[in-house]
Amino acid sequence: MLDQIEGYTTEDGRKIGGVVMEMKNITLRFGGVVAIQDISFDVREGEIRAIIGPNGAGKSSMLNVISGFYNPQEGEVWYKGEKRPQMKPYQVAQQGIARTFQNIALFEGMSVLDNVMTGRIRQMKSGLFAQALWKGKAEREEVENRAFVERIIDFLEIQHIRKTPVGRLPYGLKKRVELARALAAEPSILLLDEPMAGMNVEEKEDMSRFVLDVNDEFGTTIVLIEHDMGVVMDLSDRVVVMDYGKKIGDGTPDEVRSNQAVIDAYLGVAHD
Amino acid sequence: MAQSSRGADGLVSIPALLQRNAAQFGTKPAYREKEYGIWQSWTWAEAEQEIEALALGLLKLGVDKGDFIAIIGRNRPYFYWSMVAAQSVGAIPVPVYQDSASDEMAYVLDHCGARFAIVQDQEQVDKIIDIQDQLHQFEHMIYVDPRGLRKYDHGKLHQFSDVQAQGREAKDTLMAELKARREALDYDSTCVMLYTSGTTGKPKGVVLSNRNIIEASKSSSEFDHLTRNEEVLAYLPMAWVGDFIFSIGQAYWCGFCVNCPESPDTMQVDLREIGPTYYFAPPRVFEGQLTNVMIRMEDASRMKQWLFHTFMAHARKVGPAILDGKSVSGWDRLKYRLGGLLVYGPLKDTLGFGRVRVGYTAGEAIGPEIFDFYRSLGINLKQLYGQTEASVFITLQPDGEVYSDTVGVAAPGVELRIAESGEVFYRGDGVFEEYYKNAESTASTKDAEGWVATGDAGFIDEATGHLKIIDRAKDVGKMADGSLFAPKYVENKLKFYPNILEAVVFGNQRDECTAFINIDLNAVGNWAERNNIGYASYQELAGHPRVLETVKEHVEEVNRSLAEDPMLAHCQVHRFLVLHKELDADDGEMTRTRKVRRGVISEKFEELLVALYDGSEEKFTTTEVTYEDGRKGSISATLKIVEAKVVPVETQKVAAE
Repeated sequence: MLDQIEGYTTEDGRKIGGVVMEMKNITLRFGGVVAIQDISFDVREGEIRAIIGPNGAGKSSMLNVISGFYNPQEGEVWYKGEKRPQMKPYQVAQQGIARTFQNIALFEGMSVLDNVMTGRIRQMKSGLFAQALWKGKAEREEVENRAFVERIIDFLEIQHIRKTPVGRLPYGLKKRVELARALAAEPSILLLDEPMAGMNVEEKEDMSRFVLDVNDEFGTTIVLIEHDMGVVMDLSDRVVVMDYGKKIGDGTPDEVRSNQAVIDAYLGVAHD
Repeated sequence: MAQSSRGADGLVSIPALLQRNAAQFGTKPAYREKEYGIWQSWTWAEAEQEIEALALGLLKLGVDKGDFIAIIGRNRPYFYWSMVAAQSVGAIPVPVYQDSASDEMAYVLDHCGARFAIVQDQEQVDKIIDIQDQLHQFEHMIYVDPRGLRKYDHGKLHQFSDVQAQGREAKDTLMAELKARREALDYDSTCVMLYTSGTTGKPKGVVLSNRNIIEASKSSSEFDHLTRNEEVLAYLPMAWVGDFIFSIGQAYWCGFCVNCPESPDTMQVDLREIGPTYYFAPPRVFEGQLTNVMIRMEDASRMKQWLFHTFMAHARKVGPAILDGKSVSGWDRLKYRLGGLLVYGPLKDTLGFGRVRVGYTAGEAIGPEIFDFYRSLGINLKQLYGQTEASVFITLQPDGEVYSDTVGVAAPGVELRIAESGEVFYRGDGVFEEYYKNAESTASTKDAEGWVATGDAGFIDEATGHLKIIDRAKDVGKMADGSLFAPKYVENKLKFYPNILEAVVFGNQRDECTAFINIDLNAVGNWAERNNIGYASYQELAGHPRVLETVKEHVEEVNRSLAEDPMLAHCQVHRFLVLHKELDADDGEMTRTRKVRRGVISEKFEELLVALYDGSEEKFTTTEVTYEDGRKGSISATLKIVEAKVVPVETQKVAAE
């Protein structure tokens, strides 16, 4: 089934490849509560894929399944043509899947630079001892990784807060630092959990531009959860709509917009 | 003074100066820019090669002699190279404010008929694409930062580095042409065209020749003994004449190094890392830095606060005298040196002024306390008075003759004249050629003998022999009873308070003066934080009763000080209101160089102005605002009209009559 359909080119000239990740009949339960019920969808290489839905629809749970934080009771996750065994989050990260969190999870006491550097942990191969002495390979690695991190700092325009402790930053910037840390891991898939939550219009516009630029510049596949419908419709190539743990829609923004089930879920239906 | 038709040793253009610098001290750094966290540098020889490659690339694209090339970006070496490359091929660089909205940009590009533009990034490319239909001559665009532009149609869009690469490739065929064009430049050819921001009406294109720029750079460099070892930080808008003189004129004449900040927001850190020896900033930058120091001192430990206040008091007493080389007692000198070790040195280093030899401020009046603060630390901060039309320099303060309320003596090679109306006139080598395609304005500004009207009213101070500027000549008016109305003078007094960012005073042809006031979010926000005052927005903070109370105190203090001056006692502010939005260039309320546009403001806020005079206690208003992306929105608020105490002046008036 994978790679059945070849890639295509979007209207604005971006190349979308074949399916890189596929969720097959995922069901996730917490005790008696069914958070996700028999959901299947796929993610294509290079696309921006949004998951939307009202509060409590199971969006974050879905993202947690992808990132390996939750293991679903039923269903399979296929990644790069292979069925993924049960994994710990760090193993998923090692496969090239990075994420940001809805409630920012940075090291508050550390500088922006150090926080972003932690995203490079996967690229650090030298041993503990070498790192402590900071000689030879450890030093070389640090220089290389710093150079890489500086490109991301430049890319996300956070040079002015490079040395500022994260705890002192306003919310909008913390979100950007989280994105920077995720990008530092050079992910092939980037998971964004409500990247625009709590932002004002200008911050949202900046963040949207960064998301598009990341996708365009690095060819990163992006899966994002977002509440702001305007943002979702502008950014994404395809949208999955969830409601009460079920998938009620899947398609391009235009298709989803005209889907009756989606309209009902968002606007409510009169029960008479 | 006979005008020299040729500069010394054939140095009659900026490209000629570049070649001299590359030949004489090619290994010295000419440009630095911080990128990816590291200072990258280019020597004069490297800069020459970069500029040559770009110039060849421009030839390949078909740039003709006399073409205008718009340059739109923040201070980066690439844009300075672009200016000189444009000159090298006989074209005329036109730097444009990069924060201009599309329609402002459309006006400028259409007026000069630019065929080419060299721009920074996607944002600028988008803006020009938006307005391209209105520009009939426009052809090619070159961008520096490719991010987000890959999908664009590259028929008429080129990446900076590609243009350079094509130039290098075509060197064999095009070099002869480049040489010929470069050598055809003389002292009379146009060096640059700069658009004045204009507090009224449309911008005017000021044409400055090589003679203007090189002579002004030469004489001002000699005035302050600038050498090739200076370091400057280029952070002021490239479209502003000052940046052109400091970062190109003087930099090429002297051969010193121009340092470009990493991003506009990192200026303070970059300033500290570079430690410039020659520095220019408008008063608001100095004010901002002082406010920051004071805010940080409030949070410092007691011991540090004590040290700071004790030694600053001493510095205020003897610092300026020591700087001017006047005699000071041995004990005071010793104490000042100790202060230097403990306070002034570290503070100057933090501010980035550790190595400043010559510092200038201009553009607006600077508060005496602010000015004295920096001078007392031993920073040689001086004032100058200039205009785009003069290639900056009209007057300068010589070392050792520095006062906070004058702008100095006539710059070398400049003659001054005060007309009977009080308006200041000048002439000299720096005087501009003309306003482009605007013979009428040229004629009304510059007379046949070369005298230029500044539009400012001023007089020569008898005690010091320095020029003092009162106000814009057209802003100086009369109140209903015939007494002098000088709004700028009052506004400056108000703006010297850190809490007040901007003020607009009204009173022409009226009985009483009133004012609109903008609070400084930085200073007032910090005060609110320390006093546990919560606020959700600028608007809410601006309307807070305790903020109004503080502003009222400031206004009353200003009134008291105005009352002491019989000429200006009538300008006391009777009523004021604190505006619910910051005055902004995007809304047309200020110029891009942050000068208030009175006409626009009094039209736009007409109902508020009426309310200030009709006895209302508050007024509901809705104002249109423009967001950074050009979209419009509106905000509304109910503003309190506050009465301020004035010192009665009746008796003095009778005495004066």
